[in-house]
Amino acid sequence: MGTRHENSGVWLMTYKTDLPVMLPVTPRSPEPFAGFKPKHIVIIAALVILGPSLAFAQVGAPILTPFAVLLDWMPLLLEGFIFNLVISVSAMALGTAVGAMLGLGQISLLRVTRGTSWFVTQFFRNAPWLVLLFFAMFLLPFEIKIFGLVVPLPDWFKAILGLSLPVMANVSEIVRGAVKSLPSGQWEAAESLAYSRQQTLWLIILPQCVKRMLPPWMNLYSILTMATVLASIVGVSEVMTLTAQALAAEGGRPELLAPFYGFVLLLFFAYCYPIARFTVWLEKKFAVIN
Amino acid sequence: MDLVFDWFRVLYDETGINLPFIYDGYDRNRMIDGFFTTIWLSVVCLFFSVIIGVIGAWLQGSSFKWTRRIVNGYIQLFRNTPPLVQLYFFYFAIGTVLPKVENDWGGQSPILGSFAWAAISLSFFAGAFNVEIFRSGIEAVPKSTVEAAEALGFSKLQIYRDITMPLAIRVVIPALNNNLVNLVKTTTLAYAIAVPEMLYEANQIWSDNVNVTEMMIFMLLAYFALVGVLVGGMNRWERAMKIPGFG
Repeated sequence: MGTRHENSGVWLMTYKTDLPVMLPVTPRSPEPFAGFKPKHIVIIAALVILGPSLAFAQVGAPILTPFAVLLDWMPLLLEGFIFNLVISVSAMALGTAVGAMLGLGQISLLRVTRGTSWFVTQFFRNAPWLVLLFFAMFLLPFEIKIFGLVVPLPDWFKAILGLSLPVMANVSEIVRGAVKSLPSGQWEAAESLAYSRQQTLWLIILPQCVKRMLPPWMNLYSILTMATVLASIVGVSEVMTLTAQALAAEGGRPELLAPFYGFVLLLFFAYCYPIARFTVWLEKKFAVIN
Repeated sequence: MDLVFDWFRVLYDETGINLPFIYDGYDRNRMIDGFFTTIWLSVVCLFFSVIIGVIGAWLQGSSFKWTRRIVNGYIQLFRNTPPLVQLYFFYFAIGTVLPKVENDWGGQSPILGSFAWAAISLSFFAGAFNVEIFRSGIEAVPKSTVEAAEALGFSKLQIYRDITMPLAIRVVIPALNNNLVNLVKTTTLAYAIAVPEMLYEANQIWSDNVNVTEMMIFMLLAYFALVGVLVGGMNRWERAMKIPGFG
């Protein structure tokens, strides 16, 4: 029997034979653009955005070219994108805080705590992000009263809550997976040195887990950032909503669609691609050799 | 059956818990249609994303530098941009450029509908992950096995189809299953371009009946059950396909 890789669930095993049927599976992290230099990427991005614009530019001379229109709207779209980032960071912070507690609950010695945490984690992990977002959007009131004090709940705040639910469940699984991936010798050694369970967890187990948790956690952040556009479906005025409004304001010219949506794609790519590269680098740096 | 339906109508009258997709024939049909659209969309996307994965993994092993570059570029682009924006890009940006065809009523309609675009977009999205997954499986096939096949006179395509893939596919099933589960959850995005899948139909029903709470809770439970059944089935399949003596 072998052990399972924590992220992909692929079986890893070691054996001794000269002609193996199969080699151990090493989960691949995506390659960079094999040999692509940043200049290549800039050229391709420019082609994607400008290409359709130029093609149409020859048709209508008196009106502004699509690229000029895009340039006009760019500050607004960038503002919207920053709002996306704010949502993603807040949801990540909230989800991590609650998820870490839930994850520790999953390794609790109390059967009830363990079972409840497991169920909550599985429930929110299995539900689609969009459904959870709808859930938070429509079922939370638009304002709450605390001791006669009316606290309004704006839609972006509800979006943060809605997005932090799946983050919470995923962080919980990351924490559990990291703790489980540590060799049991660590627990036993700590016990023989008369550490209490709480001390073992805080001083020995969790510090070692941080390294293992960081790459999947960053992956999750990248996924969350890409999920923030879902908030546009429920009416939060982030970059996707603003793009649609800008397109409507320009009279819905079909030649504008490709540059505008292409620009949004590029924004997210420019933000998420470095994170992905950094995650791969971290994974290599923190790789545990057993 | 009618008795059960009537019971839910009584439940509504007595307690106010409104579940029209059970007792109302029209809403029931909408919900069933939505359910099958979700399933059908998932199956179509699964099929094409696996094909993209297999072809992409094969192309990644190509000896042409630019083939490998383009495949890697595709993977990175689709992994690092939001699937919703990809969907909008396909549906609005590319969909409007394509020629229109005359429909049955003499009007102009796009050549590809929202369902087709959702299927294309989500297939490419899931396919980007599948390429990497298949690639890891192919790398697990020892070189000696491929060399043995070469010595027996297999062509390059035959080796890939008859030797490498059957071995590789078995070891990547767990990772593939994870991706499939994600794919089923991602089909909810098709809501945004009005594909009548489960979430969209639920939205229609709660708009008509003003029972957001009940529908929302039902949606959560429905997806929980759908994914749960899927994961259970996949785990069984995973065990059945296991290479004896490996893992």
